[in-house]
Amino acid sequence: MSATVKNDAVADETGLGANGGLGEFKSDLALAGAHVKNRWQMAWFLTKRFPLGMGGFAVVIAFCLVAAFAPWVASQDPLSTNPGISLAKPSWDHLMGTDFMGRDLFSRVVHGSKTSLAVGFGSTFLSVLFGVLIGLASGYIGGWFDLVVQRFIDMLQSLPTLILAMAMAAAMGPSLTNTMIAIAVPRLPRMARIMRANTLYLRELPFVDAAKAMGMGEFRIALRHILPNSLAPLIVMASTGLGGAILVEASLSFLGLGVPEPYPSWGRMLSESAAEYVRTAPWLVLFPGIAISLAVFATNLLGDTVRDLLDPRERTSN
Amino acid sequence: MSQISDVKAPSTPRPAAAKTPVLEVENLSTYFFTRQGIVKAVDDVSFSVFAGEKLAIVGESGCGKSMTALSVLRLVPNPPGRIVAGRVLLDGKDILKVSEAEMRGMRGNQISMIFQEPMTSLNPVWSIGNQLSEAFMLHQNLSQNEALEKSIEMLRLVKIPEPERRMSEYPHQLSGGMRQRAMTAMALACKPKVLLADEPTTALDVTIQAQILDIILKLQEELGTAVVLITHDFGVVAETAHRVIVMYGGKMVEEATAEELFARPLHPYTHGLLGAMPHLDSMDGRWPEARRLQEIPGMVPALVNLPKGCTFAPRCSFATDECRAAFPPRVEKGPGHYAACWHSDRLYGGG
Repeated sequence: MSATVKNDAVADETGLGANGGLGEFKSDLALAGAHVKNRWQMAWFLTKRFPLGMGGFAVVIAFCLVAAFAPWVASQDPLSTNPGISLAKPSWDHLMGTDFMGRDLFSRVVHGSKTSLAVGFGSTFLSVLFGVLIGLASGYIGGWFDLVVQRFIDMLQSLPTLILAMAMAAAMGPSLTNTMIAIAVPRLPRMARIMRANTLYLRELPFVDAAKAMGMGEFRIALRHILPNSLAPLIVMASTGLGGAILVEASLSFLGLGVPEPYPSWGRMLSESAAEYVRTAPWLVLFPGIAISLAVFATNLLGDTVRDLLDPRERTSN
Repeated sequence: MSQISDVKAPSTPRPAAAKTPVLEVENLSTYFFTRQGIVKAVDDVSFSVFAGEKLAIVGESGCGKSMTALSVLRLVPNPPGRIVAGRVLLDGKDILKVSEAEMRGMRGNQISMIFQEPMTSLNPVWSIGNQLSEAFMLHQNLSQNEALEKSIEMLRLVKIPEPERRMSEYPHQLSGGMRQRAMTAMALACKPKVLLADEPTTALDVTIQAQILDIILKLQEELGTAVVLITHDFGVVAETAHRVIVMYGGKMVEEATAEELFARPLHPYTHGLLGAMPHLDSMDGRWPEARRLQEIPGMVPALVNLPKGCTFAPRCSFATDECRAAFPPRVEKGPGHYAACWHSDRLYGGG
């Protein structure tokens, strides 16, 4: 018992306790037998407990760093063409070779991570933001409003993700923002559904009645009491959806509907070279493909681990 | 000598200072309109509470006690519930008629409530200090720092040890008793005129119950708050209440001062409830005939489409055709002692 209390106090210093739905996380760690004194020990414990997830986390961080410091990581201009070295094999000058226009592939893959991550995080953020707003309002207000909103969500959900994303991307025209929106909209329904289900459950709990009896307004109750209690499933949804969003961006770009030139995009790199050069210059397909797979695999591993940590149904303790 | 009489004021009678009741409930009726029919959860309930007074509402589960409290706060779940009739006067003002915004300003400020379940009545993701200071920020326009200071003061008043440390703790780190103290602190934060306590000690350990009750009542006396204590525990009633209302099937069946009720109950249902209480005497054989606890035969009726007569008639061993024909009127059988029974005069010798 004293150990639990001690760990609780300690976990607070790491800032986890202040973070809504993560509040119970620290006591779970304590139950799992963690003796954490600081961030480093907590990180070490998590690495031992979830090696795959932490590996995924490390790769995601690495991608983020590469994207942030792209000009320093790859010193060559990803856009400058040089017909003299068209389709050069990988060498020390060009780590991943060059494409048919003589552009350095390593540099293009490195700069392409900016596009992939921006679209992945951006579209996930958008779908969470609007999904939460719609789900919260729908579940809390209820009645006719709920009925109409849910039928609209049904309509969105009845279309396959990629088809809807393609239709939207084609209708709005190519741009970075439009790609984010096109990917976010088909993902809205699941976020909204989860948030609505959570709201329906939470609004019947006694602490909501207690908040009403204290004189708190409905709007404030929804934002202060319902939303923070739904944080855990939302984080799970967002982190597991990240890989999917990156994949959809690659698919859209492959189909020519994604992020336009001159932004380098992994998906478009594949489509530019897949048909013509896959036999003569396989590195043109190999390296962007590996980048996509690695990013998606890492974010999925991370997402699974976050779910294991936060989803109450996955918890082994209590 | 006079000093002693000054210090030791009699605790049972009504406080002399209060002349007009702070809360008056008149003919309050709350119905639930369900597919099975109309459920009369609260049916024609009237009572009044004076400042500093302790009124107990007693009855079995499902008799409408909690719904009465929620109706006073206008927090009846709607739909399906609705307050269909009656007036609730707080300091002479009918709060069933004010706007929702005005009502919100009164909840937690002038009338507040302590709930039955301390385990789930606090939000698990916010710290105690965060939730407690909100009461001050909602109603008193205090800055966050002032609110936090007042919160610590409140926690000290409800005798939570190390209040500064508890402020940053989360509900799951507190025991049931500590949580109920925190709830009490929240309810009394703005020094309300009326406190509705809905079985505040039911979910707690027996040893903690007395402490919590003690804290609530001591603070209530200090602040001059009127308390409506909802309970099914006659032990709690005997210890605390000035006056008692007995409810059955959504209706008031008896009302009297606590002493009077225990000495001369006038309704067969009250008799049944008192008879169902275990006595220490019955254990040691001095009461051979009462060794077995009495029970009230039958079950609490479903409140859907009740028959016309007395709601208690199906379970009452004295019921006659008269009882089954019409609900008895509430009659003052003695000074301040009301009962709703056709036969109380015959059964218990009138007033």
